[in-house]
Amino acid sequence: MRLDAHDVAVTLAGRKVLGPVTLSLAPGEVVGLLGPNGAGKSTLMRALAGLVGCTGAIRGDGADLVAMAERERARRVAYLPQARIIGWPLVVRDIVLLGRMPWRPYGTRPSDADVAICDEAMRLMDVAHLAGRPATELSGGEQARVLAARAVAQDTPLLIADEPAAGLDPAHQIAMMAAFRILAGRRRTVLVSLHDLTLAARWCDRVIVLDRGQIAAEGAPGGVLGAALLRDVYGITAHVAHDDQGLILAPLALSAAAAGGAE
Amino acid sequence: MNTLRLNAGLSAAVIVLLALSLLVGPARFGPLDSLRALIAGGDEATIIIMREIRLPRALLGVLIGFSLGASGAVLQGFLRNPLAEPGIIGVSATASLGAVIVFYSGMAGASILALPAGALAGALVAVLILMAIAARHGSTLTLILSGVALSSLAGALTSLALNLSPNPFASYEIIFWLLGSLKDRSMVHVWIALPLMLAGWAMLFASARALDALTLGEESASSLGIGMGRTRLMVVGGVALCVGAATAVAGAIGFVGLVVPHLVRPLTDRMPGSLILPAGLGGAALLLAADVACRVAIPARELNVGVLTALIGAPFFLWLVARARREAF
Repeated sequence: MRLDAHDVAVTLAGRKVLGPVTLSLAPGEVVGLLGPNGAGKSTLMRALAGLVGCTGAIRGDGADLVAMAERERARRVAYLPQARIIGWPLVVRDIVLLGRMPWRPYGTRPSDADVAICDEAMRLMDVAHLAGRPATELSGGEQARVLAARAVAQDTPLLIADEPAAGLDPAHQIAMMAAFRILAGRRRTVLVSLHDLTLAARWCDRVIVLDRGQIAAEGAPGGVLGAALLRDVYGITAHVAHDDQGLILAPLALSAAAAGGAE
Repeated sequence: MNTLRLNAGLSAAVIVLLALSLLVGPARFGPLDSLRALIAGGDEATIIIMREIRLPRALLGVLIGFSLGASGAVLQGFLRNPLAEPGIIGVSATASLGAVIVFYSGMAGASILALPAGALAGALVAVLILMAIAARHGSTLTLILSGVALSSLAGALTSLALNLSPNPFASYEIIFWLLGSLKDRSMVHVWIALPLMLAGWAMLFASARALDALTLGEESASSLGIGMGRTRLMVVGGVALCVGAATAVAGAIGFVGLVVPHLVRPLTDRMPGSLILPAGLGGAALLLAADVACRVAIPARELNVGVLTALIGAPFFLWLVARARREAF
């Protein structure tokens, strides 16, 4: 999906926490949303998913996503929240099947197509072998992948994932980014917030860096993630290296200004 | 267990217990005489006992039990909290307060309708306050805390009424009513409760889809196309209609709404939406059984069914919690 957000701003309890922010996402693109804690990443993602009231315009393939009925929007935008909530000991397959809710009538048996999409989503997130297990008995990382499979099963042209890699082991972090790339290969658009800069640099087509509610920089990771930005936005110095696949960023220390502020 | 088989089994249990409730009582006639009096006719006294004493009592057992069980299942699903019970939104406490005010003011003797009308007025006040709060702030937590506050206030005012009660007899009547009972109810009570409860059930069942989605939290539910504002209205409205009507005709009957969802949940696929029907049927079966037990246990000094449900329900709940501690509900 082509997403166009124009002058999106969010005010919570009288305090402006985001924007105005203007951005566009193209079909088949994996875009990393970066920025320190409190920069407004989650708020921006919530606003784009229609979960928090905002000013400005948000259009998906030309259609107004703000004014759209909830169910209609749920067929276009899937949202994977940062908080990983599983309220009851449902088996993994039933949780992933919840992703089909916008597409099928309630209380009926899932169609073969629904089952096939869920199976594919579970394979993509490497939870197919857990399908019959109660999700509440799984480890935190396994639960995260089950919930990601739920969002993938929603089968929307835009997937917004808020820190989906947090708490995953390195193999599954890479596997999750690879899964997003597979989705992008099918012309899906993926917006994913990340704290791991190397993961962002190597797997995203583009990154958007938020700082204090504003876009500080955006573009290809190689051009954006330089020493100046890391110092100004994150307040760190980092070892920056390159290999044939892209950037390698290892945060090393607080930058002088940030260290001074911390004392 | 297959949900269809579970519901069929529970329905059969409700029908058997309904028949038992119609056949058990201090006046002893044979089952055939009883049924003939109920449907066709026969001996005058038997007809009166069957149609005007036992039938409304048994029907109220079904209606109230179903309402409490289904409300409990919906609230637990809505809040993702296994400790939620229908009283938590404050409607049963304010309904009780409405009834107590009717007792206190001496209007209870004026008409058979005075008591349920007072209780319904009390429930309505709570609903209006909750709806106003839900419309303005819209968060589930605000809603529930408001319910807890309303409960406390109504409880305090009830205590005040007892404190200032004009005579000991009035206090006795108030306390007795607060214990909850299906005794000496008439078809008038059934007709008061039935339409309200049917509307309440419709609202509860309409929230089933949203409850399933809420398993993953409010944000995920919204992103799955669930309108949270509408869902809150459905849940609060449905529970208020059910519990308000139940309290209006039978007083406060505790523990059914809390315990029954736990009893049937392990037999379902754990989806909160598919729990509503079995919890309702289980509630009906449990309340009918408890009501029959009240009549049989000490025939001379009949127990209030609210006392019995709490007496059995609380230790049983403790046992359930101890047994299921590893399963984390």
